[in-house]
Amino acid sequence: MDGYNFAYLDEQTKRMIRRAILKAVAIPGYQVPFASREMPLPYGWGTGGIQVTAAIIGTDDVLKVIDQGADDTTNAVSIRRFFARTTGVATTERTAEATIVQTRHRIPERALSAGQIIVFQVPIPEPLRWLEPRETETRKMHALAEYGAMHVKLYEDVARHGRIATAYDYPVMVGGRYLMRPSPIPKFDNPKLDRSPALQLFGAGREKRIYAVPPWTTVVSLDFEDHPFEVQRWESCCALCGATDSFLDEVIVDDRGGRIFVCSDSDHCGERRAAGHVGPQPDALGQPVAEEAT
Amino acid sequence: MTTLAMTGRPLLQVEGLTHRYGSRIGCRDVTFDLWPGEVLGIVGESGSGKTTLLKCLSAQMEPHAGHVVYDTREDGPQDVFALSEPRRRLLMRTDWGIVHQHPVEGLRMKVSAGANVGERLMAVGARHYGEIRGAALDWLGRVEIARDRIDDMPRTFSGGMLQRLQIARNLVSRPRLVFMDEPTGSLDVSVQARLLDLLRGLVADLGLSVIVVTHDLAVARLLAHRLMVMRAGAVVEEGLTDQVLDDPQHPYTQLLVASILHP
Ligand SMILES: Nc1ncnc2c1ncn2[C@@H]1O[C@H](COP(=O)(O)OP(=O)(O)OP(=O)(O)O)[C@@H](O)[C@H]1O
Ligand SMILES: [Mg+2]
Ligand SMILES: [Zn+2]
Repeated sequence: MDGYNFAYLDEQTKRMIRRAILKAVAIPGYQVPFASREMPLPYGWGTGGIQVTAAIIGTDDVLKVIDQGADDTTNAVSIRRFFARTTGVATTERTAEATIVQTRHRIPERALSAGQIIVFQVPIPEPLRWLEPRETETRKMHALAEYGAMHVKLYEDVARHGRIATAYDYPVMVGGRYLMRPSPIPKFDNPKLDRSPALQLFGAGREKRIYAVPPWTTVVSLDFEDHPFEVQRWESCCALCGATDSFLDEVIVDDRGGRIFVCSDSDHCGERRAAGHVGPQPDALGQPVAEEAT
Repeated sequence: MTTLAMTGRPLLQVEGLTHRYGSRIGCRDVTFDLWPGEVLGIVGESGSGKTTLLKCLSAQMEPHAGHVVYDTREDGPQDVFALSEPRRRLLMRTDWGIVHQHPVEGLRMKVSAGANVGERLMAVGARHYGEIRGAALDWLGRVEIARDRIDDMPRTFSGGMLQRLQIARNLVSRPRLVFMDEPTGSLDVSVQARLLDLLRGLVADLGLSVIVVTHDLAVARLLAHRLMVMRAGAVVEEGLTDQVLDDPQHPYTQLLVASILHP
């Protein structure tokens, strides 16, 4: 990537994106339009998140990139490599070591701390879009905080499934004012959005929107009094590390249909095992503990 | 038709209401009062300005001149177009109802019947699913839609059912004033009669004030206490329904009543 500017984008573009980010931070949950640039990756690969990261990353930063909680998926590896090449910054798989975490579909299990920034890749930023196709109308609904209709969606869930079945991209109210899509994270992660000490930034490339949840902002998941918000729960613990409080993925381990549940956050799982936690099938995926944690 | 006790003050005061489409007149210098509990019919041939007037009255369109003053629950008479937009929009979906000629314009076709009815309640802060559903069931019953259709999509409903669903969706918030544009216009004659009966019952039970546009004089006679006759954007005659229909004064109304004019 020789011949490109630091973090690929030119300085003027980065300044433009930073201005959008500053505005987003000043109005928590409000979608700020920005002039999204072409990136050397296709939409759907997180071009919105990549532009946000590119605008904020500095030489001292340590970058972690996850996709579905894992650092080693194709998408995460490509983005990490992209920034390693265009910035030369250090990268890590450790949540604790990262200053910036770019993510698709998860928030790390380890609580983020003050000073850390998490950047979400957002496919569809507008929470009211399913209900109202007209952008002028959704803008007005946000401006006037006309959000009652959003409960129509939850009503439909309960009417059809007997409970709120929405499991991902679960709508939230930010700072008591703006309705926001948290991107397709599982609702399991919604409580982590609330009053997080970290700065949370959201970038939608195709839809050209940036929004933010500044540190300590309240984030409340919508619900009904008689159907309160609940996170996913599992019968079993993580087969590898025994965790009972992490988001679990179902993994098929053999061709006889055998399946186990393991932490979706691979760093979290590895850290736990390195600390001596052992699940019921620690070798189910055939990876020795020591390697997993590196 | 029973005589109305015209006590207190008008619910709606309309003065000099005018709307133009470019150089063409939509409606011109319309002035009238609507009293609580009154059903006002607006009749006239096609193109006479009925829909234009109704849209201006119900704040779906802004008039070029004139005033619409509504007696709000909180602050008494207020110029509708001088209210802040949030307040006007709140008024429109709580204290008012708007029944469109074509139900698809007034319904959300992608959500169930129950959600259509419950939406207004949720919009003003109802957050108890059981109560919202209870209210939806109650209102479906009141518009004679079987309770077991509550989770069905509107597209599985007949035209008459859709129109009744639209009515329930509006009435659930207990509006005081309902605007209707040709509420039976999209229905077969056989279905019209049933809807008219239902509407008449609801209006009486709830003490609703209604402004109903129709070019069907039979509909006007059944529903309206009072009529305004429009021609070329202007009101040419107004009075009690029976008077206007049985003893029309204006030559245009005489033609209309004699069915020489086919709307
Ligand atoms: N969107 C528009 N643009 C331009 N002219 C319009 C528009 N809507 C209505 N008009 C004109 O305004 C006049 C009044 O129309 P309006 O729709 O109010 O009549 P109406 O009495 O409701 O008729 P109908 O019984 O056919 O529904 C007509 O001359 C019509 O052509
Ligand atoms: Mg019309
Ligand atoms: Zn684990």
